[in-house]
Amino acid sequence: MTDQSPILRLENIVKAFPGVRALDGVSLDLRPGEVHALMGENGAGKSTLMKVLGGLHQPNEGKIYIGEKQVVMDRPQTAKQNGVVFIHQELSLADELSVAENIFLGELPRKSLGRVDWEKLYTDTDAILDRLNVGFNARTRVGDLSIANQQMVEIARALTVDPRAVIFDEPTASLTDSEKVVLFDVIADLQSRGVGVIYISHRMEEIFKITDRISVLRDGSYRGTLNTAETNEEDVTQLMIGRKLDLSRNKVQHEMGDVALEVRNLSCGKLFHDVSFTVRKGEVVGFYGLVGAGRTEIAETIFGLREPSAGKILLDGQEVTINSPQDAIARGISLVPEDRKGQGLVLGMNCRDNMTLPQIGELTSGPFTSDKAEVAIFDKYHDALDIRTPGWRQTVGNLSGGNQQKIVIGKWLSMHPKVLIVDEPTRGIDVGSKSEIHNLIRDLAAQGYAVIVVSSEMPEVLHVSDRIVAMFSGRVMREFTTEEVTENNLVQAISGLSEDRVA
Amino acid sequence: MAEISKAGLSGFLARQGIIVAFAVFMIVFAIANPRFIDIDNISGVIRSSAILGVMALGVTFVVIGGNLDLSVGSMMSFSTIVVLDLHDKIGPALAIPAMFGMTLCLGAFIGFLVGYLKLNSLIVTLGMLSAIHGLTLTYSGGQNMDIADKRGTWFNVFGQGDIIGIPIPILMFALLAAGLGVVLSRTAFGRKVYAVGGNGTAAVFSGIPRARIVFLTYLMSSFCVAMAGLMQASRSLGSQNTVGQGLELEVLAAVILGGASLLGGSGTIFKTVIGVLILGFIQNGLLLMGLAFYAQYVVTWVIIILAVWLDIAAKRGRLLSPIA
Repeated sequence: MTDQSPILRLENIVKAFPGVRALDGVSLDLRPGEVHALMGENGAGKSTLMKVLGGLHQPNEGKIYIGEKQVVMDRPQTAKQNGVVFIHQELSLADELSVAENIFLGELPRKSLGRVDWEKLYTDTDAILDRLNVGFNARTRVGDLSIANQQMVEIARALTVDPRAVIFDEPTASLTDSEKVVLFDVIADLQSRGVGVIYISHRMEEIFKITDRISVLRDGSYRGTLNTAETNEEDVTQLMIGRKLDLSRNKVQHEMGDVALEVRNLSCGKLFHDVSFTVRKGEVVGFYGLVGAGRTEIAETIFGLREPSAGKILLDGQEVTINSPQDAIARGISLVPEDRKGQGLVLGMNCRDNMTLPQIGELTSGPFTSDKAEVAIFDKYHDALDIRTPGWRQTVGNLSGGNQQKIVIGKWLSMHPKVLIVDEPTRGIDVGSKSEIHNLIRDLAAQGYAVIVVSSEMPEVLHVSDRIVAMFSGRVMREFTTEEVTENNLVQAISGLSEDRVA
Repeated sequence: MAEISKAGLSGFLARQGIIVAFAVFMIVFAIANPRFIDIDNISGVIRSSAILGVMALGVTFVVIGGNLDLSVGSMMSFSTIVVLDLHDKIGPALAIPAMFGMTLCLGAFIGFLVGYLKLNSLIVTLGMLSAIHGLTLTYSGGQNMDIADKRGTWFNVFGQGDIIGIPIPILMFALLAAGLGVVLSRTAFGRKVYAVGGNGTAAVFSGIPRARIVFLTYLMSSFCVAMAGLMQASRSLGSQNTVGQGLELEVLAAVILGGASLLGGSGTIFKTVIGVLILGFIQNGLLLMGLAFYAQYVVTWVIIILAVWLDIAAKRGRLLSPIA
């Protein structure tokens, strides 16, 4: 494979924005039939590089070759005409249209007088869908599909042009494990047809499972390309963050106090049923399960966003009624939500204002908000959490994912909660920030916080939790202590295979 | 160095484009007709913009909170007619609070529908535009409303009086703008309005009662409308049922000209005031240039569209873009 000439080559790409050099002489080549991982922390320049390749940004210097021919990617259509297609992390589908209409959007087959040739549209679409082996057809309304299937529609869209190179940007971010398998089959299929695949992801397991080579960017500059078979996670990580990373499972054990939160037989309609558990002060309890197992819904119920249909919530041994987030906050419960951008932050607001939002009503002197008190809170958590931002006036939307997440965590720590619930703490965050956030969660427990971590990533749950609650289909299947848990029995429990249910 | 100062300049233009545009307008009109910057003319423009301006202040809250208010024009007609009618029946001292109470009820009703029932604000306020107009006509029986004894009342002070040479409408507009500016930028309520408009879901997840905040923005809007109705009634001491007709669009234009996003979450009182002044000075400048009165509607519209286009173009750094 090494002798084959590349189908796509980027040479010394430089892209500068006012004030930053986002790409500083990056080169990359893609061979036919290879899966080439592009890695780097958030802000390393991966997206910018792909935007240059896709014709959304014009490089200041550098050349792009398709085969032997130099191509100027002046607009998105040029990339597509050259057989370079993108599958974006954020879906861009029209919910109200059918699968077929979405796939051929902008290039619907026509009959005379500009009428749409529906028959051809549906047959063409079904032909592509057959290749993907999906469980829906051309006429299905996209809004009715799961996120994973919508992703498949995006992929199908890419296949309409017989691509030479396909770029996947974090395709598995919202997929479950079984859905990933289907995706990987599709990638293998592309590979076998000689298509080159650029695969952008933060997930090491996947990278090592499906890629042939790994190219690493750091701070906008090219750090090297490794053959996947000849390297390991540590080397790649070191290349990405420029230092060693401690991914060990060993945790410092610390003193645990009384039970801070107890949930008894809590149910909420069809979402979850008869859920009971406790969290002690100084303890991290991990909630692990598949997407849709009811973990997030439990968190939202405790936080007052959903009304339970049965059961009790006890704080410090006292039964409490929580009807709204205001109630929950007043009682010392904080929730770092799953969807950072949609639920956690007001992206157009600055860092400080986001952080002080839940308590802005108290940060007053007389009738006015107190700048001093607000900045003091920001400074405290800015330092404590090592948030990298030019200052509190920075708009949150401009920060990297990891720093955004730290703003949300800071926002809730500043409320001094008794119980801190963290839902998917590191989703879409680069490895460096990831381990910082894991350490932070352990530190918080050591300081006596009662912490619940909801996560879909097994290494994360194993790494941060003192106890793990495995959920399947709205029910608690089993509770594990760190001593008894193995990857195997955890997987069994969340697939509904476990026999010994502990409720 | 040159590159940095250029980036600084374009950044400044992107942020303060509306103020620059305002300055350019003023200079061009001033050159075209020196009477334009005559102190009497300027004072006259601000004075005639004051009523629109007061309404725009309230609508700024609604728009930053992520909603629209198209009902302010017909609500202002309602306030004007009611206060004029009650003036002769129960006297001005009681008529004013009674009118404020009734107008606030209308605002509360809209706030309830949009905030607590979560109905679409465009539909609700468009409907209210028509419904309140009907209410006004029913109340007045379709008759123009006049104060019987125009010389014997102190009621004209809000529209015609002055303190140390400053017309009271200007003073009221300025004071209200200063007060509401502080409310929006320096109080917890103001911050919550920005949060609700910027990302309502995140606001709820932060324990902010979204429904109540939206409700309150409409209450503020109706308070400003009542104030504007008072000024209008006091200025003319008599009125048609349609006195506020069409103002909702001018108000919205002023708020948007000031740079508040229709999607919510951004805008300031100061910028709205600039937007109001631009609108007033454009109309006045065109008049001084001898443009036929009716043509102004068209030209005003063109200038608004131009200003908004230049504003978003400055933000995204190019005039045309395939993505917004």
